[in-house]
Amino acid sequence: MVDIPEHLLLKTAEARAKALGISVEQALAEMRGEVKPTKIEKEPDIIEVSPVEVEVKKEAPVPATEVKKEAPVPATEVKEEAPVPATEAKEAPVTITKEAPAPAPEKSNGQIPAEVDFAPETKVTQRLLTVVKAKPIQKPTSEPVDKVNTWPHLMLPEFISLMAMTAFLIFLSAILQAPLLEEANPNITPNPAKAPWYFLGLQEALSYWDPQIAGIMIPGVIGVFGFMAIPYIDRNKDNKPSKRKYAIMLYTFFLAGAGTLSIIGILFRGPGWNWTYPWIDGVWFDDLLDWVHFE
Amino acid sequence: MKNEKIKFRDRIKDISSGLGDSLKESTLWGSIFRPGSPFRKGYSDSPRNRSYVVMNNVLYHLHPVKVKRHGVRLSYTLCLGGLSFFTFIVLTITGIWLMFYFRPTEMAYVDIQTLQTSIAFGSLVRNMHRWAAHIMVLVVFLHMSRVFYHGAYKAPREFNWVIGVILLLLTLLLSFTGYLLPWDQLAIWAVTVGGNMASYAPVIGAQVKFALFAGLEATEATLLRFYVLHVLFLPFIIVIFMAIHFWRVRKDGGISGPL
Ligand code: HEM
Repeated sequence: MVDIPEHLLLKTAEARAKALGISVEQALAEMRGEVKPTKIEKEPDIIEVSPVEVEVKKEAPVPATEVKKEAPVPATEVKEEAPVPATEAKEAPVTITKEAPAPAPEKSNGQIPAEVDFAPETKVTQRLLTVVKAKPIQKPTSEPVDKVNTWPHLMLPEFISLMAMTAFLIFLSAILQAPLLEEANPNITPNPAKAPWYFLGLQEALSYWDPQIAGIMIPGVIGVFGFMAIPYIDRNKDNKPSKRKYAIMLYTFFLAGAGTLSIIGILFRGPGWNWTYPWIDGVWFDDLLDWVHFE
Repeated sequence: MKNEKIKFRDRIKDISSGLGDSLKESTLWGSIFRPGSPFRKGYSDSPRNRSYVVMNNVLYHLHPVKVKRHGVRLSYTLCLGGLSFFTFIVLTITGIWLMFYFRPTEMAYVDIQTLQTSIAFGSLVRNMHRWAAHIMVLVVFLHMSRVFYHGAYKAPREFNWVIGVILLLLTLLLSFTGYLLPWDQLAIWAVTVGGNMASYAPVIGAQVKFALFAGLEATEATLLRFYVLHVLFLPFIIVIFMAIHFWRVRKDGGISGPL
């Protein structure tokens, strides 16, 4: 439902309450769909009677959409109930009536009889039928967003995190020596020969499958072009985690797989690329030489 | 006695604040710090000045004046993109320093040894460069994962993700080319293994490896080639892509979200 301003909603509810003889609160609740709309039984509300001509049963002729929907009263019914005595009409909770008894409408086929005078001068007869939401000529394309000044709200956290990073880096560099082995010698191959750590998952994968396949599939296709293509493959526009479980699951599988392979490659592979346990056989990972031989 | 002490302290205070004031009033100072700078005389904390801090400043190249409130929460970006950039800056600074002492020739290994043993802070700076390089690979990877989990690659940010993948690739290449430079057994064999894996790539793998290695295996020609790639070519390219990346972050409407 479109957002209808509160004061108009209230006005509509008042009109409806008046028409149906219910409280304004209930009318509001009905309009919001919180309770079932009131059904009008046999007691007709007489909302207006023109001085001379017709007493109009509310449901049939009044072109109020809500009322019409609820009780499309057949024409015959109108005829039967039309000559309601004034006294009876007075009992109805919301009744605007004139004392004069009215003859039945000549032809009541559900349409408003042409000769019915709907607006006697003595009464206010307007009713709020519908609310048309005002539309601006220029449409703002974006919703207003809650913004804060970059300084200091963004720059301060940035500054703090880069300071923390610097401190951490200097601390790390002070306690952990970067490795430097013997001078390069193309004639002496170390065993095992390991790639840099971020390629070790790949190296581990290559040890299972034919290099041609693993070499082609994993880094080339999936790794680069597959990753670049992600936004064009995932056409789901939602960014709520609950709405993109499948994508999250796939990426988490990727992370878990890459992580497992890397950890195996880094810690659990020794000479001849055989399985080793770091706590029994030691670690073949020279990047962290200083740390590994710490004790 | 006590009184005199206080007087002395007050006088020092007066003099220093007087000095500070006249410094801030000088033409030189005023020309460096533009209106709105917190370092300028008479700065007051107002919304207008907060805007000027960014707008009247070189910072305007990196940041808009205002950002979404949820975007400044550390828990959203974890500052990972910013830290990727910052580690790159640290690597540039320490790397340039290392270049003073390093020759990409048969002297490479000796130069690193000398750097570690006989040059002030040599060991520290080498360590910083090396650990920062590892951290950068890690942080860029984590940044990518954070972007994925936020679905931040969705329209209109698709292309920035593509730029990002290129940045990840360049980061890995920078790290890989740097790996060879110490010219020790770890360097040459890790790079050899990595190069062999690259040569498995279809069609062009072997040719790429040949071009990268300046031959079939890691030699001193490879060392020179990796050096030039590492200190000049790749940083140049990555800076260009970073510029596009940051520009796109802003043009795509700032940080994505909230979720
Ligand atoms: C050298 C590497 C990189 C640097 C310096 C960098 C830097 C940044 C920075 C500073 C931001 C702003 C928001 C934030 O801090 O999270 C950002 C956002 C972004 N980055 Fe990166 N990035 C790098 C690599 C990558 C990679 C590898 C990817 C993905 C494959 C990527 C994709 C994105 C995307 C899509 C955004 C927009 C995120 C959003 O709006 O929430 N970037 N990047």
